[in-house]
Amino acid sequence: MTQMVKVALTVNGARREVTAHPDTPLLWVLREQLKITGAKYGCGVGQCGACTVHLEGKPVFSCLHAIRDVAGKSVVTIEGLSPTGNHPLQKAWIEEQTPQCGYCQPGQIMRAAGLLKENPRPTRAQIVEYMKTNICRCGAYNRIIAAIERAAASARQEG
Amino acid sequence: MKTTINTQRRQFMVGAAGFTFGVAVGAPALLIGDAQAQNNVGAKLNNWVTIHTDGTVVIMSPASEMGQGSLTSLPRIVADEMDADWAKVKIDGSAVSDPIFGNPGRGFHQYTAGSATVTGYFNNLRQFGAQVRQVLVDNAAQRWGVPAAELSTQPGVVLHQKSGRRLTYGEIAAFAKIPAEAPQVAVEPVATAEFRLIGKDIPRVDVEGKQNGSTQYSIDVQVPGMIYGAILREPVEGAGVAKVDDVAARAVEGVIRVVPLKNGVGVLAENPWAAFQGRRALKVTWGGKPQGAGFSTSRGFEQFSAIAKDPAHPVIDWDKQGDAAGKLKSAATVVEAEYRSDYAYHGQMEPLNSVAAVSPAGDAVEIWCGVQSQTIAVTVAAQALGIPESKVKFNHCLLGGGFGRRGNRDADFVLDSVLLSKAAGKPVKVMWTREDDIHSGRFRPLYVNRLRAGLDASGNITGWHHRGVCDHVMAFMDPVRYNQVKGRDGIALSGINVRSYEIADRLGEGVLVHTGMRTNPLRGIGLTANSFATEVFIDEVAVKAGTGPVAFRLGLLKQQPRARHVIEEVAKMADWQRKRAGRGLGIAYVDYSGTHVAGIVEVSVDKQSGAIKAHNFWCVIDCGVAVHPDNVIAQTESSIVYGLGLALIERISINNGAVEQSNFFDYHVPRMRDVPQMHIKLVQTKNHPTGAGQMAVPLVPSAISNAVFQLTGVRLRQQPMLAGRVKTALLNGDDRFA
Repeated sequence: MTQMVKVALTVNGARREVTAHPDTPLLWVLREQLKITGAKYGCGVGQCGACTVHLEGKPVFSCLHAIRDVAGKSVVTIEGLSPTGNHPLQKAWIEEQTPQCGYCQPGQIMRAAGLLKENPRPTRAQIVEYMKTNICRCGAYNRIIAAIERAAASARQEG
Repeated sequence: MKTTINTQRRQFMVGAAGFTFGVAVGAPALLIGDAQAQNNVGAKLNNWVTIHTDGTVVIMSPASEMGQGSLTSLPRIVADEMDADWAKVKIDGSAVSDPIFGNPGRGFHQYTAGSATVTGYFNNLRQFGAQVRQVLVDNAAQRWGVPAAELSTQPGVVLHQKSGRRLTYGEIAAFAKIPAEAPQVAVEPVATAEFRLIGKDIPRVDVEGKQNGSTQYSIDVQVPGMIYGAILREPVEGAGVAKVDDVAARAVEGVIRVVPLKNGVGVLAENPWAAFQGRRALKVTWGGKPQGAGFSTSRGFEQFSAIAKDPAHPVIDWDKQGDAAGKLKSAATVVEAEYRSDYAYHGQMEPLNSVAAVSPAGDAVEIWCGVQSQTIAVTVAAQALGIPESKVKFNHCLLGGGFGRRGNRDADFVLDSVLLSKAAGKPVKVMWTREDDIHSGRFRPLYVNRLRAGLDASGNITGWHHRGVCDHVMAFMDPVRYNQVKGRDGIALSGINVRSYEIADRLGEGVLVHTGMRTNPLRGIGLTANSFATEVFIDEVAVKAGTGPVAFRLGLLKQQPRARHVIEEVAKMADWQRKRAGRGLGIAYVDYSGTHVAGIVEVSVDKQSGAIKAHNFWCVIDCGVAVHPDNVIAQTESSIVYGLGLALIERISINNGAVEQSNFFDYHVPRMRDVPQMHIKLVQTKNHPTGAGQMAVPLVPSAISNAVFQLTGVRLRQQPMLAGRVKTALLNGDDRFA
């Protein structure tokens, strides 16, 4: 008998229905079933942050959330962060030429978006503390910090 | 000599033949380009440059893009000499071909490694850009009936100043004829050249897609009908499979098949989760007696240390000049020390993976992968399937990091999907888990370095002896190259030579040991260990000589203005003479493939835990002409962070031949909180560009060790300088290996 379950959830504002083993991490459902590949697999154990998405508005490791636990919930990935891909963080990421290999950057940006939601004016120390969950093996950390500071500043100006 | 010239010339000719014009706006460029190329010169070649009638210039970039910026930098060199309008340049990844797209600085091999891309392609691409420009000018001259010498160019436009006429490159493309032979054009030597685009900062072309999730890495690829593969690999290289119990694996819902392979067992499944669960459920008995069985890190250090001390042991002479032995014998003082470096892991963020679709008849394959050598990948696939290379279609993806892991001659991670797709008769995506990526990692080898210096009564170095002992690298990762270089393994042994330091009587020698461990180049290659040893030892010698570390180095670099300059500059930036309470400063310098780089780090040490904290890192780099200055800065920041990990926390340990670490919870890499403030100065000099992608990596471990000495008086001679090791060394007052 099949163990598969049907799960409905909202992804980037659209209602989606998937059939999967209930233990399947949200990450693999997003990537391989829904073909939304911005969130990346890096470690599978919540150590690197490459898979970061927003679940009910908060940044989480999508590799650690089984699909059965996200039924009925709302998920936002890098693809849904802003309708036109011009969130202040994304613009700042370009201005600072932050990415190198780029693989971790969707996760970094989603994590940083979580930070700015909670704290629109983070200090450098607060940025460093909040972003400790996310590894960038290219070591672009200082440009990530600069981009977050830039995005926070631009949001203040616009606000 | 003649051979070289012919090869170079052939490269230009090939390039010229590939120089094609699009004739219609909106039509597929490549199609037109290929057709036009055949009409014009009768050659079926890929294009380096295609100019469309709307003025768009498409330039091929043949290198792998793994974050180091070559995708932007190489076309920039072509565009500079051809005076292209950068706003109209589009960059496309090139096809796979050593003769057409191979790196002239690496024997025309399409292989992105060694920070050799810009330096290796530079002359040829400038030459080629100049030839393209000349063809455009000649065509305009012919159209206007004026001598070509009267024409000039502005970005994307040919001008005839006398008559005020102008033609855009796109307008010329509509009528241009391509000469059968490339025009002979001399380019201005680097020392006097005034560049148009080189040396100016521009956005990298790959950044846009990397902030919105649209960049496609091979792990993101999906093709119709695709299934998933996971592989349980032998824990020790060469063990092989003795017995498989796959009952539980096959019972996992979604598992399709279990496939025995030479070095492991593959599981095919409908989705990745089932593939991973199935793989986990396999019960495999490993066979054979692999060479690495019984090996361990501690045994390796013991064995290598004994070799380092054994004068009778056979060695590879790496850097021999004068009479080092005699000078050491007659020296007033001899300083001697041993240094150790553990295995280290690449840790590229995208775990190894590939997608392959083998045709049902098994006579062709299409592959998606990010690799450091496209041609190696194609050869491996063709050989595995017993098909001609022309039947391999390779789609090169951007790499989620490389750091040396993705250029090995057996392309293990490409082979996975090819073999499993063949077995399945369907397209297969094989993904390594992070645990696979570590357990089957191919590491920076284990090193023991032993150095001796003889000093005269005034503290001058009279004789120098450096012996580095480590695992074989090239023999394992690239036997083809190993044979070509006749065993002189530059990946393992680089940095044993003193390079710029003026030491007349010296002996640098290497010993390579077959341990059965899997090894690979890792960012910074042998210098990460050999230069660590050299630069800490220089500091030790400076102390014995009674001279400061900066002054002592400058004293060894009297005839090296570029080296002196980076050291003097970095000392100024760091305010070297100023003492800081509770903080120590340490310096290191390296001449890495002609790039001069010096760094100073400021550290503190938590004496309770032994944890070292780097607060500031000043760095000055001179890599000659910097094609893309901001990117050189970015790569230097990146190198410092990478070096920081090797210096302080990154350690792979081996027990009974197998890797003990599994994931980022026991193989730690630098996080944001670990990163010092970085102050980087790029010195632009009118020299041929040299590498930038990894040059600062080797500075970090030695600079940190030297800084800890300044602060505590205790020498740290083993990297990584783990907190526990530091604590013990502080208690013992030293970190000395007998």
